Amino acid sequence: MGSVDHSIEKNIRPYEPSFETMVPTPFVKFLRTCILWQIIRFIIINIKMILVVKKSHG
Amino acid sequence: MARVVVMGGGVSGHTAATFAKKWLGNEHEVVVVTPNSNWNWIPSNIWVGVGEMKKEEVVFPLAPVYEKAGIDYRQAKAVSIHPEGKEGSDQPFITIEYTGQGKEGQTEEISYDYLINATGPKLNFDATPGLGDGKGNLGPHTVSVCTADHAVHANNELRKVFEKAKQGQKQKIVVGTGHGMCTCQGAAFEYIFNCEFEAQKAGVRDMIDFHWISNESFLGDFGIGGLHLKRGGYAASSKLFAESLYVERGVDWTIGAHVSKVEEGKLHYEQLDGTEGEMEFDFAMLIPPFAGVGLKAYDKNGEDMTDKIFAPNGFLKVDADYTPKPYEEWKASDWPRTYQNPTYKNIFAVGIAFAPPHLISKPMKSPKGTPINPTPPRTGMPSGIIGKAVAHSVVDMIKEGSNAHLHEASMAEMGAACVASAGKSLTNGLAAALTVYPVVPDFEKYPGLGRDLDYTFGEIGLAGHWIKHILHHMFIYKAKLKPGWTLIPE
Repeated sequence: MGSVDHSIEKNIRPYEPSFETMVPTPFVKFLRTCILWQIIRFIIINIKMILVVKKSHG
Repeated sequence: MARVVVMGGGVSGHTAATFAKKWLGNEHEVVVVTPNSNWNWIPSNIWVGVGEMKKEEVVFPLAPVYEKAGIDYRQAKAVSIHPEGKEGSDQPFITIEYTGQGKEGQTEEISYDYLINATGPKLNFDATPGLGDGKGNLGPHTVSVCTADHAVHANNELRKVFEKAKQGQKQKIVVGTGHGMCTCQGAAFEYIFNCEFEAQKAGVRDMIDFHWISNESFLGDFGIGGLHLKRGGYAASSKLFAESLYVERGVDWTIGAHVSKVEEGKLHYEQLDGTEGEMEFDFAMLIPPFAGVGLKAYDKNGEDMTDKIFAPNGFLKVDADYTPKPYEEWKASDWPRTYQNPTYKNIFAVGIAFAPPHLISKPMKSPKGTPINPTPPRTGMPSGIIGKAVAHSVVDMIKEGSNAHLHEASMAEMGAACVASAGKSLTNGLAAALTVYPVVPDFEKYPGLGRDLDYTFGEIGLAGHWIKHILHHMFIYKAKLKPGWTLIPE
């Protein structure tokens, strides 16, 4: 697997704002919709959100 | 018996009214005055706006819910506040004008012992020539997702654009803020990426150019001056993550912009660096700036004293520090804690209806002096927390006397959990799940970044989308006062 997601290269042009941004790697993009990994992230995000909610309610 | 009158039945007002009634029981009255017959879960309007939800999925009628709760519901708009009563009576009251219940147009006075202003924003489309129709409504040149009905119309227009694209006509979609002083950049962010996602699904992405225009001085400001997220051992600015997503999805951007005029198929804008330009579009969704709903206030003699309790923007003054000061002197302690009006101790304002002391983002203006800066958002979680805290204060004042301890809910001491959708699909949808603590940065307590990095985070993925969809069902369940509703936190 390449180190950079080539599918978005058409959106990036040298010396324009697009050139200065972060480019997700193919693995990062894969993980965003990988069901097994997102189930784990679902649990972790919910825990983090509950902690913020708890802190906000004093 | 005391009477609590809540003006407004949105997230903040509905929360305040339902908790107040629960805690007061039948011994005291709670009255809700709102011009709407339905409650609307606004965060899902963007999905109605792209055809992924129907209007019926984001609204429900208020009357049966209030009847079940024992709340006196008046489908009416509040017109004026009379905190000192009138000649012959010291009893404070409001005047209302019915918009439903078979009494359309009729006016009435409703006395109160405690008043909670939860009227939310006036969608000030007419602040930008051409954005409105000149009568305070959405104009003909653009669409909106601020209400469920607007969102239904937006989807209808979006589908026409997709149809033209399918027939080989290149289309341009512009989404963002329609004035230099808008808030709700997050909603526009969600809408542009959902439109882009739907364009991909419809197979017309290559025929559509997407362009973002907003008043933010940097992408990822969101009206809160941006935030920092921990990633790969760094605390990185939301600017980096926002720009990354925009580039990844092929969305160009124009920022630091005030839209000064809208015409058919074209908008005019002015930027912070003085640039003035025009932008053509085939479809545009521009958030309007907000103002107060236009309530007036009168003293006992009937003299107008609106500016005594309302700020010039129409929002109600509360216990904030409104002393004009430069950005460098802003403090977290400027922000209100109890939301009590300083002049009339039995009046409170919650949600979008209270007057903030100043912006959260840094004030900026163009060389011509045009203010171009996001105004402070009041999203669902802070609005709900504030509504509940004020309800608690009012209930305590009723039960213990007017000197009861007031509950506090400063936006500089609370966080927000937000989920920004970037595409709806059970198996390949995306959303950015974010928490920010505190909402209003406190640079004294958290030097440099203004926020507690242990409680401020964000990531984009399918899990975020599942969370947004679950929250949709959860908060509608809570708002309908179904069993266990109080267990769901704001």
